[in-house]
Amino acid sequence: MKNRITKLKTPIHFRSWASVGGYEERRGPLGDKFDFCDTSDKFGQKTWEIAEAEMGRIALNTSLSKVGLSHTDLELLVAGDLQNQCVASSTGLSSFGIPFLGVYGACSTCTESIMMLSSFIDSSDNMKIGAALTTSHNSAAERQFRTPVEYGGQRAPTAQWTSTAAGAFLLERGRGDVMITEYMPGRIIDGSTADGTNMGGAMAFSAFDSITAYFEESGEDIHNIDYIVTGDLGKVGSDILKELLSKELPGAERLHTDCGLLLYDMKNQDAHSGASGCGTSASVLACHFLPMLADGKLRRILFLSTGALMSPSSLLQGENIYGIAPLIRLESGKEN
Amino acid sequence: MSIPQQLILTFISGGIICVIAQLLIDLTRLTPARILVLYVSLGVLIFAVGAFEPMQKIFGAGVSVPLIGFGANIAKGVREAVDKDGLIGVLTGGLTSSAAGITSALLFGLFASFLFKTKSKRM
Amino acid sequence: MDSKAKKQLIKKHSPSTTILKNSIMAFIFGGGICVIGQLLSELYSYFGCDEKTCGILVTVTLIFIAALLTGLGIFDKIARHAGAGTLVPVTGFSNAVVSQAMDAKSEGYVMGVGAKIYTVAGPVILYGLLSGVIYGLIYYIYRTVEQMI
Repeated sequence: MKNRITKLKTPIHFRSWASVGGYEERRGPLGDKFDFCDTSDKFGQKTWEIAEAEMGRIALNTSLSKVGLSHTDLELLVAGDLQNQCVASSTGLSSFGIPFLGVYGACSTCTESIMMLSSFIDSSDNMKIGAALTTSHNSAAERQFRTPVEYGGQRAPTAQWTSTAAGAFLLERGRGDVMITEYMPGRIIDGSTADGTNMGGAMAFSAFDSITAYFEESGEDIHNIDYIVTGDLGKVGSDILKELLSKELPGAERLHTDCGLLLYDMKNQDAHSGASGCGTSASVLACHFLPMLADGKLRRILFLSTGALMSPSSLLQGENIYGIAPLIRLESGKEN
Repeated sequence: MSIPQQLILTFISGGIICVIAQLLIDLTRLTPARILVLYVSLGVLIFAVGAFEPMQKIFGAGVSVPLIGFGANIAKGVREAVDKDGLIGVLTGGLTSSAAGITSALLFGLFASFLFKTKSKRM
Repeated sequence: MDSKAKKQLIKKHSPSTTILKNSIMAFIFGGGICVIGQLLSELYSYFGCDEKTCGILVTVTLIFIAALLTGLGIFDKIARHAGAGTLVPVTGFSNAVVSQAMDAKSEGYVMGVGAKIYTVAGPVILYGLLSGVIYGLIYYIYRTVEQMI
């Protein structure tokens, strides 16, 4: 397949970013790097659904206040979450009064929203700045996809922990410390499993598809890339991806790292196979990778949030889980 | 049978019934909800073949507290109602004998929803 | 890559459950809850309850304890280790009902709590009753035939 990669014509940079998390995120190894964590996971709200909306609102406002901007400076919001009909985003952003695009890419929403926003800025004649926002909330997701919050059950060792986390990104036309230079939408790839407790395994093949397609089409030398970062493959998915990469693109497996393995302490927190949820890649990008790119500690990374496409109904009906892994290329602005 | 002897038999029988369910979950990936349905139906079957009452005499709460006991209770109620009222007992017996368990669980559930708030899960 | 190869890869990299540990925990907790039930039964009969009343009181007491622990947010912490040990005794039924009720509160008391309280209780009651009705019919026919002879 040809022409999957789009190179941005205009330079677009990350003007600002912010990450917000909950209790387990604060306890994790990146806990200090979050802009704000609410250890009650409630964000002062009555329901888990509204808590997620509020968490997103806090993340976006934090990213704005960091650079002294107001929401009225924004020209477009692209946001998504894990709730039915994407309602956390629309609720949380309802008071902003800015053109809004709600997107759903399961846990790939972070990359998808950044990709779409940069494409809008790139193709517009005069649009200057917009925001991309992604949230997920453990309790809201558990209620919707699995069991009641207080239900007593055991999680499979392959299961992942849906993060309570949000990442907000302000993308602006022009050069800056962190640039987005290319994007490539993912393909829908059959995960060949209907096991809802093994989403990492199901998504690994979509990440593999996107990574190999990127290097094939771009002809890029893997040595030019510092990291290939996937969203939330967790331990199981990362192991599968590494095995596949070591055969197809030797060396690439050593560049691979996964946000789902970074967010929690895999030894001291009982996350089983790691973190999942679209807030995982969004918050880890915001609190971990973007600062390193801005400092020039990293030069170029490929960032792929990975999504498991399914619904509670499709799982009950025994349908396979499909994976998707949209890819963006991020570069440090420092070296130029 | 002395009480300590009875308790040991209760512990072992109850434990084994739970281990079978655990093995079913771990090895066959049966979901917990299916296990509960299976055990209730199994309880009816065990009672129907006449094995439950002798087992209960030996193991006591070891067989009556697991959901098998709930099923056996339904079957027992059906049998008593059929003995008393004939065919209509087929319809009335099951709910009558299990009424206390079902009603108390539903009511406690409702009261809990008045009194308590859910707290987010911790790892 | 075909579906079979993918399935094999997933299987290869997926850790299996710790069956021995899970089984031991299920045995201890499940047996322990039954022992509590037995002790309650001895207690109630000491106070003069007949066998039937004892059985009902034991069930209601265990359901109450499980409901309270669920409400206080303790049940799920125990169940994570106990597995089937807390699921299979009547405590698991209680937790399934109570946790659904608490969870659905945000959707109101009619279509929230009222409807969703049956999410797990419903199948248990439905198929318990179905089995009971099948047994009842067989028993009725058996008894009728026996009386005719």
